[in-house]
Amino acid sequence: MLKRFIGCIREYKLHTILTPVLMIGEVVCECIIPVITAKLINSINAGCEMIDIVKYGFMLVLMAFVSLTFGVLAGKTAATASAGFAKNLRHDIFYKIQEFSFSNIDRFSTSSLVTRLTTDISNVQMAFMMIIRTAVRAPLMLIFATAMSVIVGKKLSLIFVFLAPVMAAGLLCIGLTALPMFRAVFKKYDKLNNSVQENIKGMRVVKSFVREEYEKKKFAAASEDIRNDFTRVERIVVLNGPLMQFTMYTSMLLISFFTAKLVVSTGGTYLDVGTLSSMLTYSMQVLMSLMMLSMIFVMITMAVASVKRITEVLTEEPDIKEKENAVAEVKDGSIDFQNVSFKYSASAENYALSDINIHIASGETVGIIGSTGSSKTTLIQLISRLYDASEGAVKVGGVDVRDYSLKALRDEVSVVLQKNVLFSGTIKENLRWGDPDATDAEIERICELSQAKEFIESFPDKYDTFIEQGGANVSGGQKQRLCIARALLKKPKILILDDSTSAVDTRTDALIRKAFREEIPGTTKIIIAQRISSVQDADKIIVMDNGRIDGMGTHDELLVSNEIYREAYEIQGKAGADGEEE
Amino acid sequence: MKFRVRQVLTVKKNKKMPGKGGPGGPPGKNIDPKLLVRVVKLFIHDYPVHISIAVVCIVISAIIGVMPAVYIENITDIIIRGLDIAKTSGLGEAWSTVAPEVISSLSVMAALFVVGLVSSALQQQMIAIATQGFLDKMRKRMFEKMQNLPVKFFDSTTHGDIMSYYTNDIDTLRQLISQGIPSIISALLTLTVLVCVMLYFSVSLMVVVIVGVIAMFKVTKFVGGNSAKYFMMQQKAVGKMEGFAEEMMNGQKVIKVFCHEDASKEDFDKVNEELFKNVEKANTFGNVFGPIMNNIGNILYVVTAFVGGVLIVSNGKIPNISIENIFTAGSLAAPLAISVVASYLGMTKQFTGSVNQASQQINSVAMALAGAGRIFSIIDSETEVDDGYVTLVNAKIENGVITECPEHTGRWAWKHPHSADGTITYTELRGDVVLDSVDFEYEEGKRVLHDVSLYAKPGQKVAFVGATGAGKTTITNLINRFYDIADGKIRYDGININKIKKADLRRSLGIVLQDTNLFTGTVIDNIRYGRLDATDEECIKAAKLANAHDFIIRLPDGYNTELTGNGANLSQGQRQLLSIARAAVADPPVMILDEATSSIDTRTEQLVQRGMDALMKGRTVFVIAHRLSTVRNSDAIMVLDHGRIIERGDHDDLIAQGGTYYKLYTGAFELE
Repeated sequence: MLKRFIGCIREYKLHTILTPVLMIGEVVCECIIPVITAKLINSINAGCEMIDIVKYGFMLVLMAFVSLTFGVLAGKTAATASAGFAKNLRHDIFYKIQEFSFSNIDRFSTSSLVTRLTTDISNVQMAFMMIIRTAVRAPLMLIFATAMSVIVGKKLSLIFVFLAPVMAAGLLCIGLTALPMFRAVFKKYDKLNNSVQENIKGMRVVKSFVREEYEKKKFAAASEDIRNDFTRVERIVVLNGPLMQFTMYTSMLLISFFTAKLVVSTGGTYLDVGTLSSMLTYSMQVLMSLMMLSMIFVMITMAVASVKRITEVLTEEPDIKEKENAVAEVKDGSIDFQNVSFKYSASAENYALSDINIHIASGETVGIIGSTGSSKTTLIQLISRLYDASEGAVKVGGVDVRDYSLKALRDEVSVVLQKNVLFSGTIKENLRWGDPDATDAEIERICELSQAKEFIESFPDKYDTFIEQGGANVSGGQKQRLCIARALLKKPKILILDDSTSAVDTRTDALIRKAFREEIPGTTKIIIAQRISSVQDADKIIVMDNGRIDGMGTHDELLVSNEIYREAYEIQGKAGADGEEE
Repeated sequence: MKFRVRQVLTVKKNKKMPGKGGPGGPPGKNIDPKLLVRVVKLFIHDYPVHISIAVVCIVISAIIGVMPAVYIENITDIIIRGLDIAKTSGLGEAWSTVAPEVISSLSVMAALFVVGLVSSALQQQMIAIATQGFLDKMRKRMFEKMQNLPVKFFDSTTHGDIMSYYTNDIDTLRQLISQGIPSIISALLTLTVLVCVMLYFSVSLMVVVIVGVIAMFKVTKFVGGNSAKYFMMQQKAVGKMEGFAEEMMNGQKVIKVFCHEDASKEDFDKVNEELFKNVEKANTFGNVFGPIMNNIGNILYVVTAFVGGVLIVSNGKIPNISIENIFTAGSLAAPLAISVVASYLGMTKQFTGSVNQASQQINSVAMALAGAGRIFSIIDSETEVDDGYVTLVNAKIENGVITECPEHTGRWAWKHPHSADGTITYTELRGDVVLDSVDFEYEEGKRVLHDVSLYAKPGQKVAFVGATGAGKTTITNLINRFYDIADGKIRYDGININKIKKADLRRSLGIVLQDTNLFTGTVIDNIRYGRLDATDEECIKAAKLANAHDFIIRLPDGYNTELTGNGANLSQGQRQLLSIARAAVADPPVMILDEATSSIDTRTEQLVQRGMDALMKGRTVFVIAHRLSTVRNSDAIMVLDHGRIIERGDHDDLIAQGGTYYKLYTGAFELE
């Protein structure tokens, strides 16, 4: 799992390895600098021999430049490596999702996929950068600084043996107390945001019922609750500062005292005066690296959840795969369901479809009707192999759909989904999803067929009208007609409309069906609808109930033989149907 | 998650709200330092005590923070003296002579450190409390303001954008006030104190340090400026990626159906590459900042040492100018002491450290200002104007005389004060609505309603039919004053609705929208939303009226079932039934109904239909009709086309006319 994850570093391997190496260089410099500084101070204290000052000064400047070079280079490589790693991760996730079948998509919610692509990757990216920069730097700094303090300060370094554990224990305590509290408060925060979102969405309801004050009170209570919780953990977290200061001050006092004692009582032979300042610098470095380690610890715990969520997507196996030597051509638009049963997951108890046997000849128009949850949509999704049948076989043009290449099959079986979306872009761009090479004349003709031409041409920009994300600036009925046009542009052998004219008026609905009849007679058409009027002139109507075929036949046959059909017909009143035939 | 508003028909989403430029906003230039002042002022206004304490603590900490440098000079002095003594009178003697000095010096320091520790702990506690409190207040300010914004705001701003005010933008403020401002203040104070101390010891050396600091500021401006710029660009690219991801993930099934995977991969690669470039640049600048500043510090250190050395070696030929000299040598100029150089070097380190610390905050300040700009744009936007003075009161009616009374009587009256003569008249609330030559436009110059006149007598049902964009929803938006009319008059019980207080007007109107919005909470809470003081019995009665009772009692916890995510655990039809029950419990004399077009199965649809019919009984109803049965039972039918009423009358009249309605009724016209 982790291998797949780390594998995303790819072309940024060099940067990733180089960063800690450069960091080592920087750390070495940073540890040598205090030594030279000490010499410099010594030479000043010894009476300011200019030669010494120049010598050590020159060395120090040199070290500064070396350190600067290492630091800048490491900064650059770290940025490239982490940004590149994140880019590759995003790339892999997105590409993986593109391979997902419908059942894979169902397993993840849309918003969770978006989070994985954005927030989770950001978290990982930051943690990654932190790790390659600091995870090497901090322990290294700790070791170097400790080593240097042993060399320079000799016995003095024993001070750290006492202070470092105190600091580490303190940091650990704070971290361990705060982490679960943070998690809890973030959950509450999410809840608050959800309720704000509800409020925004339901603003018309809020205003109509004059509930502004009520909503304010509700929000205030939730917001204050978060304030209290957040304040509590923040107050714990900020103890980090005083803890750091406490250890720093203590070490400063101890170092000063013992340095003074050791220097004076040995007459400067055991330690010299310059030790004082360099020991203080090392003590800072030791403490800082401990602090950094604790930050890494927090970062990593925070990122672990994100890593898990990302690998979940990366390791998800697409359910539907093409066979080798897949059939590349669909002969005709005939469809056969042979003893088909289907359930959404292997572990599901109930079948969504059972014992389905249908034969649809090429060029037929078939209506499907049934209540919500009767598996109408499930049925048609098997035709273009959006899901695979659990038992039995679905054949298109006489060939099992599993034997086709997906592209060949889906290009010939065009589905207008029930929950359809348009993408931000012009109308033309959206329609060309069906056929990237479609000419303007073709697009116009297709729009005429789907009864979209009239309204499109009423827009000032006509076919270049910009569609907002999700098609927010066209009405439901307009959107549906655009979606039909997009599917038609594929010139498929089979066209499936899944409740795709529900927001279109009955007359337009009838016109669309008339156009289908006259303009694309060779195409097999399957129409799922709630309105009887949408299906009553079909060659064959299938009545679905609870995942089974309850009846099949023409309108007139079903009125006599099928109770569900008759009931629906009567409830809907003959009114809408009366004028149907004009 | 979709944030689709019931689109106000032809109003195009106005992408450019004032002060708004997508997440992160446009980089660099539009950052207004006045915003910083405003945030700080507001912060001080909210938490004067906490902030005062924190500032005092920061001052103390800054002063004490400088002490180690002074004190190292002191100890070094003592040590050197000790070494001198050692040369003459032996090692043991030397230590016992200087030990008391060392200890007393250390004790003073220890005492100061304790004060420093306490003050910095106190400061951070104060800031933690004040920060969270301030964020809470800002959230509430924003939310409270938002509740009073006109519907137009919500129709013209995407919900994702509004949400980011509450999440991202508030978060940037946290960074600013909990870290940005305190560390800038503390750095500035440290600098001031250091300058004073340096001035005290040596003016000449200070000049060197100042020159170095100027160099650091230059670098900060260059590197930091670029860093902030790319940081903002990064935020923008992140926003773009978010938008792209959301659109693609929402449309993933469509992508599959159209075998559009390769094209979407191509699009993705572009967005991804752009994000990568921005992230890489932003992080590079962020990463190199520290090393550059640090090493400028190192170089400055050397220069200081060198100049110090020259001064000492010159042995007074180049005198040191300092305030200390006045006390020790009696004049401004005197030879430089070695110990001064040593402590000076420490201070140089601290000085550059402070500059470094303050400059690290550049990104967070820039981000916070952009965020604050957006937050204030909400807080500053204009609220719904309400000049109404006619209010709705409980009333008793005896012998045709209406008197106001405090208790609930089941009858209401409009209380109408007349400013001209100071009298008050009462009009009974009956539900008589008249539209008189109403014109309306969402955007200047784009008239969507032309000369619409109609009336509804109490208890009558008026149906609006017509194509999408004909103006049906617009008319209902005007009656409850979600939008204000451009010309003409709307009267409610004979009173111009502009004179009625909006809250009271809306209380007298019930509404059932096509897109149902439920709130997180129990089923009964959602019904009670219609009238907060309704008893459980009243809620259940309303649910029964709305035909919702049967399905509710079959839910796992009946009326106490928790609903989340806009009732995600309910079917579309069930949600509609709940929203009917909610309107029923409010029991207003006038109802506005927007029938749903969405396809629910025939049986549920019948339940919804019956619920609606029950709700309409005995009320004045405006209904945006999608069902012919509803239309047929209406007292008056308004056929709308492009913002005009083109036909009116009851069903039989209109059928007899043989016009648009006739065609529509016979299925030959768009009914949406």
